[in-house]
Amino acid sequence: MALGLSDEELAERVGRIVGMHSDLEGPLLPILHAVEQEFGCVPEIAIREIADRLNLSRAEVHGVRTFYHDFRGEPAGRHTLKVCRAEACQSVGAADLADGIRAALGIDWHETTPDGKVTLEPVYCLGLCSCAPAVLLDDAPYGRLDLDAVRDLVAEAS
Amino acid sequence: MSHKIYLPRDAAALSVGAEKVAATIAAELASRGIDAQIIRTGSRGLHWLEPMVEVKTAKGRVAYGPVTVKDVPGLFEAGFLEGDDHPLAQGLTKEIPFLKGQTRLTFARCGVTDPLSLEDYRKYEGLKGLEKAVAMTAEEIVTEVTDSGLRGRGGAGFPTGIKWNTVRQAQGTQKYIVCNADEGDSGTFADRMIMEGDPFVLIEGMAIAGLATGATRGYIYTRSEYPHAIATMRAAIGIARKAGVLGASVLGSTHAFDMEVRVGAGAYVCGEETSLLNSLEGKRGLVRAKPPLPALEGLFGRPTVVNNVLSLATVPVILDRGAGFYRDFGVGRSHGTMPIQLAGNIKYPGLYETPFGITLGELVNEIGGGTRSGRPVKAVQVGGPLGAYFPVDLFDTPFDYEAFAARDGLIGHAGVVVFDDTADMLEQARFAMEFCAIESCGKCTPCRIGSTRGVEVVDKLAKGDRPDEQIALLTSLCDTMKFGSLCALGGFTPYPVMSALTHFPEDFNRKPIAEAAE
Repeated sequence: MALGLSDEELAERVGRIVGMHSDLEGPLLPILHAVEQEFGCVPEIAIREIADRLNLSRAEVHGVRTFYHDFRGEPAGRHTLKVCRAEACQSVGAADLADGIRAALGIDWHETTPDGKVTLEPVYCLGLCSCAPAVLLDDAPYGRLDLDAVRDLVAEAS
Repeated sequence: MSHKIYLPRDAAALSVGAEKVAATIAAELASRGIDAQIIRTGSRGLHWLEPMVEVKTAKGRVAYGPVTVKDVPGLFEAGFLEGDDHPLAQGLTKEIPFLKGQTRLTFARCGVTDPLSLEDYRKYEGLKGLEKAVAMTAEEIVTEVTDSGLRGRGGAGFPTGIKWNTVRQAQGTQKYIVCNADEGDSGTFADRMIMEGDPFVLIEGMAIAGLATGATRGYIYTRSEYPHAIATMRAAIGIARKAGVLGASVLGSTHAFDMEVRVGAGAYVCGEETSLLNSLEGKRGLVRAKPPLPALEGLFGRPTVVNNVLSLATVPVILDRGAGFYRDFGVGRSHGTMPIQLAGNIKYPGLYETPFGITLGELVNEIGGGTRSGRPVKAVQVGGPLGAYFPVDLFDTPFDYEAFAARDGLIGHAGVVVFDDTADMLEQARFAMEFCAIESCGKCTPCRIGSTRGVEVVDKLAKGDRPDEQIALLTSLCDTMKFGSLCALGGFTPYPVMSALTHFPEDFNRKPIAEAAE
């Protein structure tokens, strides 16, 4: 059992996702994105299923899954807060802001708040360098932030 | 007459509340019973004024910004729909000095048009380059691009036409055009702005590249951190396909070209072209050794053009206006214009497209207005996390590939990040090594191990632990990384580290911290 699904159910749904990508050249990344989108992570069963269907070894698929920061082994919280730590944001206080966010949430990078609400991820540039410091809350960009503004964002998220 | 209101849908504008401003304006229009159309555009690139609202008047578009939700009723009271005065009024958009001083060739339409209106695109000179290209031979197109002097805008500065010619002459049943839109350098956002603000220009550029080389398939590889760019690009490709710009018969010609967007997964190194190709193939984003060149053995081992967004987005204007027109801008061997991105601690951040040759000092002080904090400028990092930190005494450096190289720097993707005098350059050097350690693909030792050792050496320096020895060690380590790494990640990380050390030695001269006796 993983993610509240039986192994068979999970494998079947992953199989369907792989099937939907069968006409692509180099389909592995799109498949992993789709699995991540559907389950919030890429569980072990999915790796096995994808490997079988693409005629790859499990080690190869595992290797790809773990190379990229985006693909998770376990689901994140209900929201993901990506905080930019790169230079443009640093130049306007991103390091202090990040410390403040970690303290306010009581978690470190890659961790999820105990209530399962927010997972905190560092990110190196969101392309919002002209409106720094910036974060991405799920898919929504926010710029020119201070700690109070980030607190409000998190508080408003359900 | 129905009023026309323009408001960006660019992520930078959205990040500071453009969506709420648009909704508030729409609600205000409805409650006042005013007939008006809100057109969502890309960004003009005057980012300190975002969200910037423009209205169409008899004299041209008039700008207001930065507009917040609570400013909206006041704007209506002041008569902004007629272009009337208001504390946020900026006058005619095209007369705003930041915009007026620019030469917009690549960014001609960005912020002006509805990015998903092919009709708008055509109205503003779009597709003219491709129309010319379909009537030319592949060799003629390549010659035009070569003669324009266009060089790779991703940072390496390799002549685009020469790369295209290699692919054109390569044998292969299937060739590819791969657009490197994996814009991971801090301080850069021009690729994102094009994809969100003028996606058809990138599609047109890629289609021209296809005609020039015989490639029939294209991929745009972009970042998962750019959800808006992905959505806009995908929508634009669908529209272009429907209109016959893409597909089995490009603009009714005998040439086929189609393309799709692929999304990375948070690996900076995939902006390196060979790593990107591996990622597109569904592999770990490991860097490949060169040769073979991607032009000969690229995606799936086939001949492949890998070009940056800005290189490809500049091709249509070159085909339309001619190689000579483009070549006449710029200095030395840097021809044409560069969309420079001003970011970080700067008063007027944004996108500034200008011919090569402008000095760093003009960019930072005159155009950028100095720091946002009002404190003195200490350092400027040009070219992203692998670019050098320039001190104020090198502000006479002209923006030009060779001039920056001569001063141990690089223009890279033309991101300019300003730091004020509170910056600690030892911390910046440490971050450069830390970033390299986090993002290293792990294939070569100087990058994989060197970056971690680099962090440790800088940490010892921070404690004042035998500084002379550490500095010698750091210098030697940077040498090894520079000359021994497979790609620019390990190879260029020494630029920020060594420039910080060379230009700001005082930040590395720490007093020893007395350790507690054991």
